[in-house]
Amino acid sequence: MNIYLILQMAVEAMGEREAVKLNDYSITFSELNNMSKSVASLVKNKEKIGFLSENNLLMPAALFGAAIAGVEFVPLNYRLSKEQLNMQLKRISPAILFTDEDIMVEGIRTIGTNTLTFDDIIEIGYHSDDEAVAVELFTSGTTGEPKSAVLKHKNLMAYILGTVEFMSAEEEESVLLSVPPYHIAGIAAVLSSSYSGRKIVQLPNFSAQAWTELVIQEKITNAFLVPTMLKRIVEQYSEDLSLPSLKNVAYGGGKMPRSVIERAMKLLPNVNFTNAYGLTETSATICMLGPEDHRSAFNSSDILIKRRLSSVGRPIPSIELIIKDDEGKICLSEELGNVWVRGEQVSGEYKGIGSKLDSEGWFPTKDRGFLDNDGYLFIDGRADDIIVRGGENISPGEIEDVVRAHPMVEDVAAVAVKDTEWGEAVGLVIVAKCHINDREIIELIKRKLRSSRVPSIIKYMDELPYNETGKLLRRVIRDNFAD
Amino acid sequence: MAQIYKPGVKLSSRVCKTQIMVLRIPAVELEIFCGGSPMEVGDPVALKELQGENNGTLVGKRYTDESETMEFLCTRGGEGSISISGYKIGIKAAKKLPSSD
Repeated sequence: MNIYLILQMAVEAMGEREAVKLNDYSITFSELNNMSKSVASLVKNKEKIGFLSENNLLMPAALFGAAIAGVEFVPLNYRLSKEQLNMQLKRISPAILFTDEDIMVEGIRTIGTNTLTFDDIIEIGYHSDDEAVAVELFTSGTTGEPKSAVLKHKNLMAYILGTVEFMSAEEEESVLLSVPPYHIAGIAAVLSSSYSGRKIVQLPNFSAQAWTELVIQEKITNAFLVPTMLKRIVEQYSEDLSLPSLKNVAYGGGKMPRSVIERAMKLLPNVNFTNAYGLTETSATICMLGPEDHRSAFNSSDILIKRRLSSVGRPIPSIELIIKDDEGKICLSEELGNVWVRGEQVSGEYKGIGSKLDSEGWFPTKDRGFLDNDGYLFIDGRADDIIVRGGENISPGEIEDVVRAHPMVEDVAAVAVKDTEWGEAVGLVIVAKCHINDREIIELIKRKLRSSRVPSIIKYMDELPYNETGKLLRRVIRDNFAD
Repeated sequence: MAQIYKPGVKLSSRVCKTQIMVLRIPAVELEIFCGGSPMEVGDPVALKELQGENNGTLVGKRYTDESETMEFLCTRGGEGSISISGYKIGIKAAKKLPSSD
């Protein structure tokens, strides 16, 4: 099954519906289909289709066009340095690259994003190899060199067929898309919106004001946000925000602070919030905390139900999920361990590295977490971020949660720092609202946790380094301590 | 002719525009009909006459038997109905998840 089937079905059933809109321009599913065929006809000798631009009307056509031509779609991060970018371009050569940048890399044929015309529509056969790669995505590389994750047609189709009903959206529904094309959520949005028949409205440059204005102007019903974006919205509109058209907001791509989601639910009481947890390697969402879960947690006085606002919900029906300890033994509920998942949408494969699935098809997400008694998953952090102090595993998350609860703390991160006595120790970076005494923080951690969690160094910063999709760059913080 | 089908296989009607994709199927010999004529693996062939009573197929709907041992996705709708000897094939009720992206 090729992902192009999604567009073919959309054209058949709702070809004249609006598919994508940017500013004053919009195209229907039929027009998107024609654009995709034009893109496919450009491909010579199995060139991949690279995409180095903010979201625009060409983006979905490049994704489906690559599927028609039977080549990989490779969206690239336009915020990378020239050097990093050239390195990634060398890795995907030979390729067509849709971009308005000046690029000179061997085997890379650049085409401007506004220079294509779509007058001559060529009827073109398409490839339908299940095992073929549909999308190649460089992971964000928050812990090391970016890896190139490959998602096959069968993975992405399994995700869509497992989570979306065809044409389930009403004609007036629209989703505001503000995540970039190189984020898995940006790809998944194109596929699931096309399958459900929901119009995508693109917002290439997010700001809280631009987002709210567009929701009002376009009568947006749905939106996807990364936590940083929702945080900016609730901070800018702390009291009064009226978005009557907005019904559903999904969020994911990083840890959502509980205070932010609680404020958002107070600010927008009629909106259904869904937490969608997933990884690039799992073709987007594998767990969901749905609107009902949000409301019952928000209103509950039971501490075990209340804390579910910090969970990522339960696995979707087509996904199996288990927690195992470092020895491979299955953990009991409430016991912290490594998160493993299995399902047809899970790729777990990297270019040049191969598959990370075990012999039974399980993928180690490298996320640490635990399940509660009812199967709700709580993510603690990345396994790579664990601080090993004298043989004891310390997760940054538990320290950060305690420190973040301090009223004068705006943001906080705990990372491993080199320590002559313990091998590693805890380094803490705090963004403070006003002056805090180190003593206070140390006492707080000692009281709530234990002395091994006490940082050996505390630093203060104006803000923590996040990437544009809201992932904390722990590597940058660790480097900062090493200097 | 009865045969064993695999998930992912595309079947085309011989009497109308209907196309279906096999999502799940038991590994037993089956004969899959649309509009009274056996369906063809792959792309559509020349069309014959519709036979029997037909309610048609709808693009995007999933079709399944009573005990849900098999599942087909209709990728193109037509006038013929899907039938398999020994099974009662009907539309599967949609289970809608909240939209996550």
